[in-house]
Amino acid sequence: MNPYEIKKDFPVLEDITLTYLDTAASSLKPNIVLDTMDEYYKKYGVNVHRGVYNISFIATEKYEASRNKVATFINSRFDEVVFTRGASSALNLVASSYGLNNLTKDDEIIVSELEHHSHVLPWQNVSNITGAKLIYVPLNKEGRITIENFKKVLSNKTKFVALNHVSNVMGYIAPIKEIIALAHEKGAKVSIDAAQSAPHTKIDVKDLDCDFLAFSGHKMLGPTGIGVLYGKKDLLQGMPPIEFGGDMNDNVEKFAASWKDTPYKFETGTPPIAEAIGLGAAIDYITNIGLNEIAKHEKELKDYTVEKMKQIGDIEIYNPTSETGIISFNIKGVHPHDAITFFDGDNICMRAGHHCAQLVIKWLEVVATLRVSIYLYNTKEDCDKFVESLKNARDFFKKMGF
Amino acid sequence: MNNMENLYRQVIMDHYKNPRNKGLKQDPEYKTVHIKNPTCGDDITIQSKVENGIVKDVRHDGTGCSICCSSASVMTEVLIGKTKDEAMVIAENYLNMLANQNYDETVELEDAVVYSGVRKFPARIKCASIAWKAFEGTVEESE
Repeated sequence: MNPYEIKKDFPVLEDITLTYLDTAASSLKPNIVLDTMDEYYKKYGVNVHRGVYNISFIATEKYEASRNKVATFINSRFDEVVFTRGASSALNLVASSYGLNNLTKDDEIIVSELEHHSHVLPWQNVSNITGAKLIYVPLNKEGRITIENFKKVLSNKTKFVALNHVSNVMGYIAPIKEIIALAHEKGAKVSIDAAQSAPHTKIDVKDLDCDFLAFSGHKMLGPTGIGVLYGKKDLLQGMPPIEFGGDMNDNVEKFAASWKDTPYKFETGTPPIAEAIGLGAAIDYITNIGLNEIAKHEKELKDYTVEKMKQIGDIEIYNPTSETGIISFNIKGVHPHDAITFFDGDNICMRAGHHCAQLVIKWLEVVATLRVSIYLYNTKEDCDKFVESLKNARDFFKKMGF
Repeated sequence: MNNMENLYRQVIMDHYKNPRNKGLKQDPEYKTVHIKNPTCGDDITIQSKVENGIVKDVRHDGTGCSICCSSASVMTEVLIGKTKDEAMVIAENYLNMLANQNYDETVELEDAVVYSGVRKFPARIKCASIAWKAFEGTVEESE
């Protein structure tokens, strides 16, 4: 893959002074995704599943074709793909539907301090309502979830396991395949937050054998407002909907109603049609380039950048060994929000703060971190520009007396 | 870069490094307001003691970036000794200045005027605002 050629596909990057290193928050969108969404709005921008006329049929076909693309992308069945607003609402759906209806006070839920808020707060809620106990996998000294530590908290009481595939702060890949197998031996179900992995790593839900898995469109070149929940067919079939309304129902009587089969019973209301179709275009784009190529490129740039950062001095890197394109760090003695204004001045987009993951920030015992995240459109020159800016920032704040 | 140097001028760095009136009082005569910016982690508590219409004391504590912490310290020095009404007018004008809204330039903001530079950094306006908003809250509570 050639990141210099790829850059040309992204209109935001037409501003050559801009360096985008915040993909872990949201990726940029290529022209093909924008054009595909435009085409929907301009040529067949009508509702799906309802209209008995030609362009509604086209809209429905394209919407469902996108579901098919997602299914192929993660190696699932077509009817195991539920479209949601994003990874957050997908993960919430699992907790609110499966969790609240299956867990009791005698059960245990395993989560970790590496989770994004969207994967720990829904289970905290389930715990508060059902009385099921929330258990945290102890992280190892690097901040990783390990099989060894997972075994320490896994018990006959474990009913549910909710863990991330790749941490949005540390960028570590968790050994989820082994963890899923261990959890299944105890009869527990497993939900995987793949928001930071699906854009970068090949996901095969059959091989992983996960029960649920979620990711967002906007972190993988797709639009905002669309996400995916994968769930095993038999589990989804047994779960009640959490939202009720149009299109999800089958027969409606005055005091009772029945639901459509999965995935439609979870997709009430007019869905984000343009966004779903846009996500399909994003998946095509990524698949054409190849996830292995993308992951290799990110890792190379990340290692290159970390080496350069180490030479600067006064920089604390919290995850130097991470396998993905995420670097979390601080300039010693400088609050990340002071630092971020410097990078902004150089037109470098990156993240400062808690990254919606306060538990790992607390685990690191820092107030917040800076984060750089690398994707397929980033080049060595982007990393060089960032490193140069980092050096200047360090010097500037030193001069100012920090 | 000049904007940036301008922002981090001496007053700000001085108050960041040597904060004045820092530390909270365990005294029921003080009204306390805690404001947190969960997206960045700024976390500031402000206390004020108003007696006979005079701001007798203002205290601050918390964690955050240099703009946030120093602005709390500068604020205490500006407001202590003012009448409650004067203090509220200063706070209102300061916050309007930051928000790029109309404000009365004849109101003396004293050292707090250095934060006018923050307007060039829209993402940082909140940092310079939260201590003052918390102060307004303490006065409203005392009423």
